[in-house]
Amino acid sequence: MAATAIQRKEKLIERIFLLIAFSSIFSLFIIALFIFAEGLPLIWKVGLKDFLLSTRWAPTKGHFGIFAMIVSSFWVTIGALLFGGPLGLMCSFFLVEFASDRLRAFIKPALELLAGIPSVVYGFLGVVYLVPLVRDYLGGPGLSLLTASIILGIMILPTVISISVDALVAVPDSYREAAFSLGATRWQTTYMVTVHAARSGIITSLVLGMGRAVGETMAVIMIAGNALKIPLSPLDPLRTLTSNIALEMGYASGMHRQALFATGIVLFFFVMALNTIATVYARRKRIK
Amino acid sequence: MTPKRSEHIALGLMVSGAFLALAILFFIIAVIMIKGLPHITLRFLLDNPMDMGRAGGIFSTIVSTVYLLVVSLIIAIPLGVGTAIYLTEYTKEGLITKIIRFGTECLAGVPSIILGLFGFILLVIKLGFGWSVLSGGISLSIMILPVIIRTSEEAIKSVPASYRDINKVLGGTRWQGITRLVLPSAAPGILTGVILSVGRGIGETAVVIFTLGTSLRIPFSLFDSGRSMAVHFYLLAREGISMNNAYATAAVLVFSILFINILSYYLMHRFVARRR
Repeated sequence: MAATAIQRKEKLIERIFLLIAFSSIFSLFIIALFIFAEGLPLIWKVGLKDFLLSTRWAPTKGHFGIFAMIVSSFWVTIGALLFGGPLGLMCSFFLVEFASDRLRAFIKPALELLAGIPSVVYGFLGVVYLVPLVRDYLGGPGLSLLTASIILGIMILPTVISISVDALVAVPDSYREAAFSLGATRWQTTYMVTVHAARSGIITSLVLGMGRAVGETMAVIMIAGNALKIPLSPLDPLRTLTSNIALEMGYASGMHRQALFATGIVLFFFVMALNTIATVYARRKRIK
Repeated sequence: MTPKRSEHIALGLMVSGAFLALAILFFIIAVIMIKGLPHITLRFLLDNPMDMGRAGGIFSTIVSTVYLLVVSLIIAIPLGVGTAIYLTEYTKEGLITKIIRFGTECLAGVPSIILGLFGFILLVIKLGFGWSVLSGGISLSIMILPVIIRTSEEAIKSVPASYRDINKVLGGTRWQGITRLVLPSAAPGILTGVILSVGRGIGETAVVIFTLGTSLRIPFSLFDSGRSMAVHFYLLAREGISMNNAYATAAVLVFSILFINILSYYLMHRFVARRR
């Protein structure tokens, strides 16, 4: 009966692995559970409409409106996309379609290093070098939507580049050869054929980049100025959902703390929506 | 505009884009190193911070950082590698793998501040661990779990299928195949992922500040609070406590991260080269 003992052991091991394999789902689930359990009672009390659409945030006086922060997070994310998107795509087009193998072997890992630089370092250098530039040449306090967008644009570069490079590399060479043989130049081939074929992967890279930007905290706290109002110009300071949480978490208690978790719920929805969009686009590529 | 002209313009734009991105990287590294390195001495590395970091060194923050990373790796490596083994060795592509992959991708996208909130409310408050190495380690392990899963999966997938066939022919069980053939052969690839996640963890601030806390004492037990290098740098820089010490701390941080990334890149290359 030795065989059955071994079989039983194998079955047990498989079960254990199945259990372990659900650790990431389980983590995701309890994270959502605890953020919601802590934040929902406040949204219930204040009312969803007042919470999302009021601009009055004075937690100690019982006002919990996060509309200004939602708008700020939105603009910062768009701003980061405007700076990081084109720059990142230019880098990936160059790396995949134009650069020699040796050049690529140097540039790609170097650009991946950008992902390793801590966000606090980005924020700090932004304050020391970029903020004075913006303040002196463009006006305003310098701590602004523009500054935050530029720094976040740099921070999302590694995400945009690595995923769009993968998408471009996956385009079969026969596509390019066909275009060349029709007399297209390298650039014509890139924007008429390759980019088109890698479209879903490129969109995924931009959406995931936006996901990084909307969730970034420490750098934004340092460079965005944290003012509690809707930014009307790129030179206005602003406070995002993430910085609101991080700034006030240290001393908040009671309803105030619940309100920060409720802010977290809204952030959670934004990020999950972006992730789902990215996954849907990434799937589309596989079906083809 | 002739095709040739547009080709030149496009190429010019792309080259300047790539150049700009590289220039930003070198600027960051150069500034931190030039301003930070002169203040790094052996005493800076081996003395504890004094007067909130105005004087003294960063020894206790180095200890906190290492302690925190070790705890989070002890939790994340078994879970991450285990998940990867399940995905590659025990199932075929199907509904379960799809769910697990989607969950992993979502987890990778969860902003660090949300992980910080979660760790704070569950571990620090509800379970009563307080600001501690344990709370920080668990929270950080959730952050690096997706990285370890992804890299381990790649590493295990690249183990030649013939290894598994040989194992079967010789009458080995699946478990024997995993422990004696697959894992040893995938180990360098898994190690690369682990090193990469250490690089992630070293620089993390938002998760750590709310779970590990900001105590400047050296943590001994799992329930002691501490302050990681990244948090120390953040507090020094933000509150303008000491710019020299802030730059020096940043230089230690950036240097370790560069070292770690280059090491993992080198390992990965050797691993890939051996596979071919």
